[in-house]
Amino acid sequence: MEAFLHQVLSGLATGSIYAIVALALVMIYQATHLVNFAQGEMAMFSTYLAWTMLDAGFPYWLAFAGTVALSFVLGVAIERIVIRPVEKAPVLAVVIVFIGLLVILNSVAGWIYTYTIKSFPSPFPDRTILGGYVSAHELGVMAVTMGVLALLFLFFRFTPLGLAMRAAAQNPVSSRLVGIRVGWMLALGWGLAAAIGAVAGMLVAPIVFLDPNMMAGILLYGFAAALLGGIDNPAGAVVGGLAVGVLENLSGAYLVGTELKLTVALVLIVGVLLVRPSGLFGRVVVSRV
Amino acid sequence: MARLLGPDGRRVGLALLLLAACVLPFLLSSYRTFQLTSALTYAIALVGLNILTGWNGQISLGHGAFYAIGAYVAAILMDRFGVPYWATIPVAGFVCLGAGYLFGLPALRLEGLYLALATFALALATPQLLKWKHLEEWTGGVQGIVILKPDAPFGLPLDQDQWLYFFTLAITVLMFWLARNLLAGRIGRALVAIREQPTAAEAMGVDIAFYKSMTFGVSAMFTGVAGALGAIVIQFVAPDSFTLFLSITLLVGIVVGGLASLSGAIWGALFIQFIPNVADHISKAAPWAIYGLFLIACMYLMPTGVAGLLRAAAARLDRAPPGP
Amino acid sequence: MRIRTLALPLAAAALLAAQPAAAQKKYSPGATDTEIKVGNVNPYSGPASAYGAIGKAIGAYFAKVNDEGGINGRKINYITLDDGYSPPKAVEQTRRLVEQDQVLLVFQPLGTPSNTAIHKYMNAKKVPQLFVATGATKWGDPKRYPWTMGWQPNYQTEGRIYARYILENKPAAKIAVLYQNDDYGKDYLKGFKDGLGAKASMIVAEASYEVTDPTVDSQMVSLKASGADTFFNITTPKFAAQAIRKAYDIDWKPVQFLNNVSNSVGSVLTPAGLEKSVGLISSYYLKDPTDPQWVKDPAYLDWLAWMKKYNPDANLNDTFNVYGYTAAQTLVQVLKQCGDDLTRENVMRQAANLKKVALPMLLPGITIDTGPDDFYPIEQMQLMRFNGKTWDAFGQPIGG
Repeated sequence: MEAFLHQVLSGLATGSIYAIVALALVMIYQATHLVNFAQGEMAMFSTYLAWTMLDAGFPYWLAFAGTVALSFVLGVAIERIVIRPVEKAPVLAVVIVFIGLLVILNSVAGWIYTYTIKSFPSPFPDRTILGGYVSAHELGVMAVTMGVLALLFLFFRFTPLGLAMRAAAQNPVSSRLVGIRVGWMLALGWGLAAAIGAVAGMLVAPIVFLDPNMMAGILLYGFAAALLGGIDNPAGAVVGGLAVGVLENLSGAYLVGTELKLTVALVLIVGVLLVRPSGLFGRVVVSRV
Repeated sequence: MARLLGPDGRRVGLALLLLAACVLPFLLSSYRTFQLTSALTYAIALVGLNILTGWNGQISLGHGAFYAIGAYVAAILMDRFGVPYWATIPVAGFVCLGAGYLFGLPALRLEGLYLALATFALALATPQLLKWKHLEEWTGGVQGIVILKPDAPFGLPLDQDQWLYFFTLAITVLMFWLARNLLAGRIGRALVAIREQPTAAEAMGVDIAFYKSMTFGVSAMFTGVAGALGAIVIQFVAPDSFTLFLSITLLVGIVVGGLASLSGAIWGALFIQFIPNVADHISKAAPWAIYGLFLIACMYLMPTGVAGLLRAAAARLDRAPPGP
Repeated sequence: MRIRTLALPLAAAALLAAQPAAAQKKYSPGATDTEIKVGNVNPYSGPASAYGAIGKAIGAYFAKVNDEGGINGRKINYITLDDGYSPPKAVEQTRRLVEQDQVLLVFQPLGTPSNTAIHKYMNAKKVPQLFVATGATKWGDPKRYPWTMGWQPNYQTEGRIYARYILENKPAAKIAVLYQNDDYGKDYLKGFKDGLGAKASMIVAEASYEVTDPTVDSQMVSLKASGADTFFNITTPKFAAQAIRKAYDIDWKPVQFLNNVSNSVGSVLTPAGLEKSVGLISSYYLKDPTDPQWVKDPAYLDWLAWMKKYNPDANLNDTFNVYGYTAAQTLVQVLKQCGDDLTRENVMRQAANLKKVALPMLLPGITIDTGPDDFYPIEQMQLMRFNGKTWDAFGQPIGG
C-alpha cells in the first residue's frame, strides 16, 4: 500500500512536468491550430540560456525572468522569420519545418554546450516532504503548473488580447474584418508558448538534469497528455499530464513491468481516444460540408 | 510533365530512365550501387506512406513500425526457417497488409492529430516490443539478427551488390506499377475524395470505413516490402534500426519529394538517402543543424515538394507560347 | 606523452617489429610512404550524439601526433563519418570508408548495434575492425572473426567483478538492479548473474528503463519497495545521476554499485550531489579527469594541455575525452609496431601483439595485453569507493 501511494505521488510529480509541457503545446495550438514538434527543443534551448546567465553569476530570479522574456522574443522571432514564409504552405510542409527546427536546436545546443549533463538549480528548498514521498521542488512544479493554468485561463477568457488571439486562430478571415491583426496574434501565440516552454524547461531541468536531449522524451509524453486531455483545453492538458504520469507508473509497477510500460500507457491513451476522439475534455468539432 | 511530353513522350522518358537505371551499376562502384539499392528500398516505403498520407490524407508518424515488421519477417524467415530471401518478400508484404489493416480499423475513429498520436505511439512501441523478452526467441532481442547476403543466381556475372540492386529495381518497378494502377482508377479517385470531402464522398456511395482501413493495409504492405528488402540489403536487423526517427525520416521523404506523387517518392528517397551524408560532410560539429537547414530551405523553395515544383514548372512551360 | 611509460613497450615493439619486415616496405590500401588512412564511424547526430565526443577526441589526438611528425614519418589521415547510431547507416558509412576512401583500417566504430551490423562485412573484406568502442563480449573471437578486436573491459567482466565482491563480502545481500533496456544493460546484467552463479536468486528485483524515459523515479520507488539492501546501477550518466539522487531522497540506503560507464565525478556524481554519492562502489580502468586525486598527476597534466590545445571545444568534465585519447594512443602504438609493413595482416598481427602497454591515462597497474588468442586488450579493473570527494582504490586490479 505504501509503495502504491508512493508510485501515485511520484507519478503525479512527473505528470506535472508533462502537464506544463502540454500547456505550452495547447498554447500554440490555440494560437495557430498546429502542434509544434520543436516545442521541447525550444524549451531546452531556453533552459540553456538560463544556465548561461546563472553561470555568469546572475541571481536565480533575474535569470528566470530574463529567460522568460528572452524566450518570448525568440518565439516571436521564430514565427516571424522561420514560420511566416511557409504560412500558406500545406500543413505537412509546416510540420517538416518544425522537424527542421527541432534538429537544428538540438544539434546547436550540443555543439555549444556539449552533451555532458549539467545540474540546474531549483528555486525551491532542497528537501523532501510527506515522508520523502515528494520533494519540495516537485510540489513547486505542481504549484507553478496550476498557476500557469490559472493565468492562461484568465488571459484567454477575460483580456481583449486573449480573446483576439482565440478569434484569430478560430476564424482568421472574420477576425481580420473586425480589425484584429491576425499575423501578430500568431506571433504572439508563439511568443507565449515559448515563454511557457521556458518555464517548463527550467522546472524540468532540476529533476531530469540539463542536456540537449532533455526534452525529447518529455515532449512525447506532453504530446500524449495534451491530446488525452483535449488539445484545445488547457485544464484538460493538465489533467491529461497528471493522468499519463500516474498511468505510466502504475502500469510499470503493477501491470506489465518496466519493459513495456510506455507501450501499455500509449495503448491505454489511444484506447481512451477511440472512445472519446476529441480527448477527455476536448470540444467536439462538427464540420459542415 | 505528362502534358509537356504527351503520353508517348512519357513512355519514352520512362524507358530511358529504366535503361539508365540498368546501366548505372556497371558504371558505379559497389558502394554507390549499394547506396542506390538502399534509395530504391526507401522509394518503395515512401510510395506506401504516400498512398496513405498523400492520397488519402491520413497522417502517419509510425510507418517505421511497418518497415520494421517487414524487415523482421524477412530476417526471421531466413534465419530460423531457412526460407530463401526472395520468398520472404511477399510474405513480409502480406503480414504487413494484415497488420496495417488491423491497425487501420481502430484508427478509423481518429483524425488529424489524434491519428498522428496513435501512429506515433506505434513507432515508439515498436522497438520496445522487438526487445520484449517473450519475443526474444524470435527477434533475437537487443542483439538483433544477422542474415546472409544472397549471391546472384543462375551463374549471372554480377557481384552481390549488383544482383541485389537489380533484384530491388525489379521489385521497385513492380511496386510502382502496382501503385499506379491502383491510384489511376476508381480507387485512387475514391481515396482523394475521402481526403478532400469525406461527407460528400460518403454521400456518393464511397465506403469510407473500408477504403480507409484498406488504404492503411496497402500502405503498410508497400512499406513492409521495403523493410524486407532493407533487411536483406543491410544483412542485419536490430531494434535500434527502427526508432521513431525512421518514421520521421519517411515523413520527411514524402513531403520533400512531393505528396500524392509517385515520382515524388523517388525524389524523397534520394533526399533521405543522400542529404544526411552531405550534412555530415559539411559539419562534424553539428550535422543535424545542416540537415535541418536543408529541410527548411526545401520547404521554402518547394512547399509542395520536388514533384510539385516540377509539375508547376511543366505547367508553366505548357502555357508559354512556343519559342522562336 | 610520458616517455618513461612508453619506453619499455616501445623498445619491445621495436625489437618485434624489426624482425620480420625491417628493410622492405609493404602496404595495403590506405597506407603509403607519407600517410596512413584511418577510418572511423561515430554518432555525431541523433540521440546518441554524446558519444560523438570520442570520435572528435581521437581526431584531436591524431592531430597532435601529426604535429609531432606522425608515425614513422607518416601522417595519419583520419576520416570520421556520422552514422547517427543507426545500424543501416553504419553499414553504408563503413562501406564508404573501405571501398571509396580505401582506409587501411576502421578504428573505434562506436556502438554494439553498429558494430554487429558491420562485423561480417569487415571480416569478409579482411579489413581490421580495430578496438571497437563497445563493451560487448563478442568482439574477442579471433577464431571466427580474426579481423575484429575490442578494446575496453567488457561489460560482462565488470558485472562479474561486482558479483564476486558481493559473494565475498555480503553473501546474504538482497540485490536490486536497474538497467537500460538494450544490449549494453543486458550484457552487464548477464555478466552479473553469471558471476552470482547459483546464487542468482539473491537478485530480488529488476527494473529497466528506456532512453526515452524522462526519469527513473518510478523504477527507484519500486526497487526500494522490494526491500533490497544492495543496488546495482547499470545506467548511462543522466539516469545514473537521477538514480543516485532519488535513492538518497527517498531514504533508501543500500550498498550501491555503479557501472563504469557513469562513474565520472564531474559529470555524474557532482550533478547528483557529492554528499548523496558517498559510499558508492565502482570500478575504473581510466583516470577520471574530474577526480581531484589526479590534479598533480603528470599524465593528467599532459592530457589537460592536449585538451586545451587540440580539443578546446570539448568538455573537460567529459570522460569520453580520456577514452578517445587513450584509445588513439593504443592505435598509435600498434602502427608504430607495424614499422614499414603497413599491411592489414600486419596491423592485426601487431594489434594482437601488445605486451604490457601502460598508457598514461590508464590507472596504475592496468596494462594493455593481447595475443593471437587474446583479443581483449584491457581486462583488468580497479575497484574503488567514493568518499565524498574522490574515489579511493581498494584491493588490486582484478580481471573477470
